[in-house]
Amino acid sequence: MRPEEGTIQSRARAIETLFGLIPDNVPVIICGGFPSREAFRIGDRPTHFYMLGSMGMAAAIGLGVAQAKPDKKVVVLDGDGNVLMGLGTLATAGALRLKNFIHVVLDNEVYGSSGNQPSYSQVVRLDQVAKAAGYVNVERVREREDLVYEFRDMLGKDGPSFLLVKVTEQAEDVGWVPLEPAQIAERFRKAIE
Amino acid sequence: MIESEEFVQALQDSGFDFFTGVPDSILAGIIATLMERRLYQPAVREDEAVAMAAGAYLGGKVPAVLMQNAGLGTSLNTLTSLNLLYRQPCLLIVSWRGFEGKDAPEYRVMGQTMTQLLDTVRLPHRTLSEQTVTEDLKWVAQTFMKERIPVALLLKHGVVRGLQP
Repeated sequence: MRPEEGTIQSRARAIETLFGLIPDNVPVIICGGFPSREAFRIGDRPTHFYMLGSMGMAAAIGLGVAQAKPDKKVVVLDGDGNVLMGLGTLATAGALRLKNFIHVVLDNEVYGSSGNQPSYSQVVRLDQVAKAAGYVNVERVREREDLVYEFRDMLGKDGPSFLLVKVTEQAEDVGWVPLEPAQIAERFRKAIE
Repeated sequence: MIESEEFVQALQDSGFDFFTGVPDSILAGIIATLMERRLYQPAVREDEAVAMAAGAYLGGKVPAVLMQNAGLGTSLNTLTSLNLLYRQPCLLIVSWRGFEGKDAPEYRVMGQTMTQLLDTVRLPHRTLSEQTVTEDLKWVAQTFMKERIPVALLLKHGVVRGLQP
């Protein structure tokens, strides 16, 4: 089963759209691999936490930030392989019920950073798992205008929210994030103080 | 034996204000006290707990994670590629199951090799004792602030009161 008909966006296009909607002061945790690398190229901000390693932990980091900063919306940009690896964190997010937590999953149904091996999101409905886990707002989108509408809605609503964005396998020709990990952490910490 | 209330108070007095983890019987008294004080948010796995602690530290909290030593294995990749790599400190309060082999079989290997494992990945550690608890916590705070990496405090059975009466 390949991404259904009507998938029109690449992940980079979806990230670009999201960055157009996310206010400057909102912390964004971005999972490792291509999502972080593309995000850095599309629009670096000190409020971005680019992950390397610790696959599957993006949402957990986001939950920590969201608990420490209850007055700020916190956005996690995750991938399908990452979510599947840390699937238990959907339960934690549902149970903690943090109003300021927005979990966006860029779902290309493959492990794109390692050669496009298929992921189980081709057959497992991650949005339904999130719904069952207790996320308050759950949406699944393919088209750009739906992404804009639903994400804007989630920015204005109490969460936790889960937005599954079906994207193509296309990856941009981008290099590594040229920042030291400790530097990424330190400027993020200062930027969200 | 150290009462769990005293121990939790000492942690709070040292500045710790964010607690998560996965339970163990040795840690049950500490967790019960933390929950009474509404300071504890459970995690489902130890790697999730250390990642949540890193997020909390990024948001300005001073985090501590409770786990049994089996959880060190579960969280090893996150500890090395997140907490150590990005220099996100937390206190790891680790129960020492399988100490001297006197425990259930599943703890045998980790019980014998835990301190070598911590040394190998360069995580500073110290074993809590009732006689030196003040010095132990002082060492924790100093190492945490100076190194900005996770610091492990190892708890053997019977040092802090476990399951509450």
